[in-house]
Amino acid sequence: MEVQQFYYDNKIVKNFLYATIFWGAVGMLVGLLVACLYLFPNLTDGISWLSYGRLRPLHTNAVIFAFVGNAIFAGIYYSLQRLLKARMFNDTLSKINFWAWQFIIVAAAVTLPLGYTSSKEYAELEWPIDIAIAVVWVVFGINMIGTILRRRERHLYVAIWFYLATFITVAVLHIFNSLALPVNALKSYSVYAGVQDALVQWWYGHNAVAFFLTTPFLGLMYYFVPKAANRPVYSYRLSIIHFWSLIFIYIWAGPHHLLYSALPEWAQNLGVVFSIMLIAPSWGGMINGLLTLRGVWDKVRTEPVLKFFVVAITGYGMATFEGPMLSLKNVNAIAHFTDWIVAHVHVGALAWNGFMTFGMIYWLIPRMTKTSLYSTKLANFHFWIGTLGIILYTLPMYVAGFAQASMWKQFNPDGTLVYGNFLETVTSIMPMYWMRAIGGTLYLIGLMVLVYNIIKTVKQGKTVEDELAEAPALQKITNKRIKDEKFHPWLERRPIQLTILATVAVLIGGIIQIVPTIMVKSNIPTIAAVKPYTPLELEGRDLYIREGCVGCHSQMIRPFRSEVERYGEYSKSGEYVYDHPFLWGSKRTGPDLMRVGGKYSDNWHFNHMWDPRSTSAGSIMPAYKWLFDNEKMDYSEIQTKMEVMAKLGVPYTKEDIANAQKAIEKQALSIEKNLYTDPDFRKSYEESRKAAAAKGDPFIPMYQREIIPMIAYLQRMGTDIKVKEAQPK
Amino acid sequence: MDTISGIEIYPIISLLIFFIFFVALYTWTYTYKKEKITELSHIPFENENEIDTI
Repeated sequence: MEVQQFYYDNKIVKNFLYATIFWGAVGMLVGLLVACLYLFPNLTDGISWLSYGRLRPLHTNAVIFAFVGNAIFAGIYYSLQRLLKARMFNDTLSKINFWAWQFIIVAAAVTLPLGYTSSKEYAELEWPIDIAIAVVWVVFGINMIGTILRRRERHLYVAIWFYLATFITVAVLHIFNSLALPVNALKSYSVYAGVQDALVQWWYGHNAVAFFLTTPFLGLMYYFVPKAANRPVYSYRLSIIHFWSLIFIYIWAGPHHLLYSALPEWAQNLGVVFSIMLIAPSWGGMINGLLTLRGVWDKVRTEPVLKFFVVAITGYGMATFEGPMLSLKNVNAIAHFTDWIVAHVHVGALAWNGFMTFGMIYWLIPRMTKTSLYSTKLANFHFWIGTLGIILYTLPMYVAGFAQASMWKQFNPDGTLVYGNFLETVTSIMPMYWMRAIGGTLYLIGLMVLVYNIIKTVKQGKTVEDELAEAPALQKITNKRIKDEKFHPWLERRPIQLTILATVAVLIGGIIQIVPTIMVKSNIPTIAAVKPYTPLELEGRDLYIREGCVGCHSQMIRPFRSEVERYGEYSKSGEYVYDHPFLWGSKRTGPDLMRVGGKYSDNWHFNHMWDPRSTSAGSIMPAYKWLFDNEKMDYSEIQTKMEVMAKLGVPYTKEDIANAQKAIEKQALSIEKNLYTDPDFRKSYEESRKAAAAKGDPFIPMYQREIIPMIAYLQRMGTDIKVKEAQPK
Repeated sequence: MDTISGIEIYPIISLLIFFIFFVALYTWTYTYKKEKITELSHIPFENENEIDTI
């Protein structure tokens, strides 16, 4: 048996770890800024690329893809090599994986604040970046599978099945959810519309949680927890069962994001049932992780790495119990659109993803620099302040969510809403937003302590070198040896077949839920009165998307008495057929806008967008003053936009498209005419016209500025169906 | 497809596939030899050069 010598690539791991720490700091800082914008809505006044709507997706993308993404690569590149006793397949591919991923992150950091977004959550990046992501992901896959094929350890340890499932599923999800037709290099429209877009989006969104935030981390847990505790995994049998159950069941859970929405009932129910079933495999993972520490609990008292892992796995268990509970329709009716969901997300993100990553960093860096951690005391401090941060973040958000939901639903004896003014419900939870910002600050301070500790450790240690290792090459296996072999060990020797089976398991849920929703016409009953947006309204909708309004405002009225009373007739699936992409939203920091059309005058919207506090005292909405800039709104692409929409099935006629500019001017002028009915508007508008003339500056008439299409879109929303009142109010 | 009638057969088929797969999975997981299981769970510890303990 010839023993071969080879080197593990540690430099690539080091690079990914440094990137993890750096982007973690960036992503969490943006998160803190976003939290502060709740408290000080005027903080970044006038700076469009620092407004809440533009920054929220930057925060989510940074913490998911930059922080967690780099942590995944760091952990996989380290553990995969050692579990397979082989160096990564190709050093160049490793480098491309690393540099291209960082480049994508930078592209996101530039495009998102500038408003180049698809608006689909955790898939906001526009199509050229989506293509880059697909390419990098394929590079990663080739590198990983190539290493598996070159391995010197025959059996694929459980962590590696999780890595494979991650690779396959993320690829499938990303490709199908990102399908869009481009308008230009930085703008595209989803090929799906309305209900179908919602379903595909949340099939993707929930499985981004499952296969980007969970399965890779379960794989990392199966490697790093046994290594750190120096004990084998509690039950390898359990790991086989919970792996297959998890990847099969998770896919179906997507509709739990769409309960009580216009999604067909059968799809909602499937989402509920499978989400409840998901408790079992998720807790299988938690049990396996925690019980691996049997016999070494005394070490947890002294070792920060194990402390981080214990809270991480416990947080995972909490989040994977809470998630199924939130998937019960009666609980969801309370929690949806509130801060309860934000709390749930951050238990998973801060405890499971964050702490698992920190534990991994504290274990890996000293080993790779061949020294001990600079300060165990500081690492322990990080643990405690981070844990306190998690608690101070999530508990106020639970209170805020529950309180606000209760307020939304309260009726007076005479049938009117107790909190008829949405703003009252926001104002009363402001103390919770304060506490959340403090909690997030503590968590960030913990990360800063890690940065200091790690820098000192690296400085006192040796340069990271590739690690020499020895292992015999794989012997060709004879038929005699495999005569009595059982199925799973047989499968573990065949990574390609394992991968194919995992792919099949993962595709079933998606196909069963998505195909009927797209193909069966009766799932989305047509409403004759629903017509496409006018060109001006379409441009307004794209401004709504650019500004990220969907981050605070929903467009989905649920069939509850309280919602119908507050917002109007509940939403029908047929109303969304021309919405490429859908804009149902996930959170009501502000009220639902589904039927805001016609509720307020054009002047009200004008004043409200200029300064929300002028019409609504105590509002925390940012001011959108740049929509009023003395500049022409760019309508040059409206015909391309309409042509793309027509390709996607929206019934714009050739005439509609040819007349677009004329139609825009006509509708815009009529809005400007409405604005003139307000004497205050007349006065300040004429004053600004005179000031520009005095300076010799060009003056763009109001009807040509960005605020006009925005008002047009807002006034159109929900007006297609007119419900006749049964009795006068 | 214009209507959803008769669709019941698909969830029934999928339930059967799902159920049979998992019964099979449980069966041979629990008939796995104990020594093999122990060997597999020790794979992360097989790199002698490394410092494993904290």
